[in-house]
Amino acid sequence: MTTDSNGTVVNSSTDATLSRTSGEQASADESSPLLDLLTGFIIELRNAGLPVSLTENLDAMHAVQHIPLEDRTALKYALAATLVKNNSHWKAFEIVFDVYFSLRGEEYALDSELADSPFDGDDEDEDGGADGGQGQGDKGQGGSNSGMSPEELAEMLYNALANGDSAMMRSMARESVRRYAGMEPGRPVGGTYYLYRTLRNLDLDGVLEKLMQQEQDSSEDTSQFEQRLQRDEYKDRIEALKKEIEAEIRRRLVADRGVEAMAKTLRKPLPEDVDFMHASREEMANLRKAIYPLTRKLAVRLARKRRRGRKGPLDFRHTIRSSLSYGGVPADPKFKNPRPKKPEIMVIADISGSVAAFARFTLHLVYALSSQFTQVRSFVFIDGLDEVTEYFEQTDDITEAIHRVNSEADVVWVDGHSDYGHALEVFWNAYGKDVGPKTSVLILGDARNNYHAPNSWIIKDIKERARNVFWLNPEPKSYWDTGDSIIGEYSQYCDGIFEVRNLRQLESFADNLA
Amino acid sequence: MDHRFENVAEVREKLESVDYLADDAIAGIVHLSDRLEKPILIEGPAGTGKTQLAKSVAEMTGAKLIRLQCYEGLDEAKALYEWNYKKQLLRIQADRGGDTDWSELEDDIFSEEFLLARPLLEAIRSEEPVVLLIDEVDRVEIETEALLLEILSEYQVSIPELGTVTANQIPLVFLTSNNTRELSEALKRRCLYLHLDYPDMEREKQIVMTRVPEITDHLANQVARVVRSVRQLELKKHPSVSETIDWARTLVMLGIDQIDAQTATDTVNILLKYRTDIDKAVKDMNANSDSYAG
Repeated sequence: MTTDSNGTVVNSSTDATLSRTSGEQASADESSPLLDLLTGFIIELRNAGLPVSLTENLDAMHAVQHIPLEDRTALKYALAATLVKNNSHWKAFEIVFDVYFSLRGEEYALDSELADSPFDGDDEDEDGGADGGQGQGDKGQGGSNSGMSPEELAEMLYNALANGDSAMMRSMARESVRRYAGMEPGRPVGGTYYLYRTLRNLDLDGVLEKLMQQEQDSSEDTSQFEQRLQRDEYKDRIEALKKEIEAEIRRRLVADRGVEAMAKTLRKPLPEDVDFMHASREEMANLRKAIYPLTRKLAVRLARKRRRGRKGPLDFRHTIRSSLSYGGVPADPKFKNPRPKKPEIMVIADISGSVAAFARFTLHLVYALSSQFTQVRSFVFIDGLDEVTEYFEQTDDITEAIHRVNSEADVVWVDGHSDYGHALEVFWNAYGKDVGPKTSVLILGDARNNYHAPNSWIIKDIKERARNVFWLNPEPKSYWDTGDSIIGEYSQYCDGIFEVRNLRQLESFADNLA
Repeated sequence: MDHRFENVAEVREKLESVDYLADDAIAGIVHLSDRLEKPILIEGPAGTGKTQLAKSVAEMTGAKLIRLQCYEGLDEAKALYEWNYKKQLLRIQADRGGDTDWSELEDDIFSEEFLLARPLLEAIRSEEPVVLLIDEVDRVEIETEALLLEILSEYQVSIPELGTVTANQIPLVFLTSNNTRELSEALKRRCLYLHLDYPDMEREKQIVMTRVPEITDHLANQVARVVRSVRQLELKKHPSVSETIDWARTLVMLGIDQIDAQTATDTVNILLKYRTDIDKAVKDMNANSDSYAG
């Protein structure tokens, strides 16, 4: 049954949607459509990049037999426990789960009249303002909230947020999506577009300010500290509301386009596969969160490797001493533990626009691992070059140091366009004497030189003096040496050039570095 | 085989009766582990109650808790079993000059009598119900993990000289990991996976109230809210649940019934252990209240 085609999956779920009018779900009660659905679900998880093995697949099938099927939360956790074995994959799992199971379960069902046409349809006005919403709201939908004016809706939303009433917030989220998102069947835009339209109409920032104002007026004696906590509380509720709205939009899209198409649209790279150069702001935030555990893991691994790498030469004294317990026969030879020298690191990073994010992550990683190196020095450049080591040494907080690098370092020489040739020349003249046989030099950048002189002889000279020279390039390999990229010119003198586009590649490089 | 729990709600109630507040994910996975007879691998930040979960489950089921603390260099002899070498020697010495022939003697010294059971074997052989806790499994080397595989999937231990020891009863097995390294696929595949994160505010408040009974509802609420705000900052180490409880206890002992910016600043060193983190938190608490002063 695991090899069932996806076609069945789509059918069974659309059936479920269409039969919503009866208020009953036919498919969840019988086991075989459920298994079909699960199979499709697991295939989608694999498509999203989660490594789901056959055993785990079978476990999931077993697990669902032990839980009450009408309990969606239990189903979610049962599937997660058997299928998701890495916390960073949780988000991807959650999205796929929502897509596949969002239309199941009583309370999650779309209203019956909406099942026929999940969209109100006529919201054409791009401004979508409150006035536009009024007309549609009164269009005679049977629902309980439909007769309200936008002001009433705003009022109810405000109350729901003020009281933290989650059921009310959910129904408000539904109502505002219905009213403001202006969803049209078959229109090929992503959920973010509808989300944007809905949020713009709700003006949640304004609501937050209003809530805070209310808080201040109502209770004069609350301390500022208390107010600050209250603000966090409201922010939290607003976040929850946004999530509800997002989920609602997703549900409607699924009802419109079908499970499969929706899952495909929503498919996002796992955090470790997100491309540094094209990460969205949210992905960036996730990357920042992911990098800390990563460095911790790497540090442990590197330290372990150093302690118990290869064995050293025979330790004569120790062998003799331990031979006494065998009556003088050296049955158990002992070896010296070699202490491999820790390398010295010099990082030279291009921090111009497109590659800045990449440089930031790599610097972060290198400094988090700094206990594994005797010394770390860092230089940043665009067309001029500046040493930034001291920013990192003055504070324990790497994030702050990187912030200072971006705002204070003196890296512009002429026009603020990358000039590798000149930057390397400055480096060589000012700091070249510090490069020694223990130094590993890391150069970070896309080698897009804006057609300046490459000065690749400097790399050659550095290589002669240094232990090794590595170049990390955040561009995909297929782009190398196209346009003004002159990575080939430099690479002939490097010990290695690596394509480092995501955390996974960065991790595997760092693993080999120390 | 009988199941230990009827349904998820029962797990949750029983856990609550031993002062462990479980959410849906936790209760669900304990229930599932019992039904599927599979171990649970728990990962998550330090101090979120990973080890405590195993202890509480043992307490609520009235089972004996057998604990294997993992560390670098853990081997078969410490985890599974060991032959009692000295006793074997004695046995041979005692027989010197006797007339037992060699093969008989050999059978004798490789019998159960000379076997020293280490935690894993002990858990398998036990007659009473057992909860097996394999703590901080990420500390052993990746090669040593292989030791665990047989017991985790088959609930048996193979001893070359003796044969295979199968479990008398299937124990509930918990593995915890602080995620200092990626565990092998083989290990993960055999387990149910639970990521224990910091609890949400409501649950944290409940935990504080259970653990610090003398606290007032108002103060517990404030504690939970402050901790939530602190966790939103970008810190080296976020306050754990146990640190939250410590903090709540301190506040109660100091006789504080209302947290303001000053008390929070004075006692924040119980929540946070890094200088830079403390500075950041203090700055955040004070800066924000200033900007809304008007």
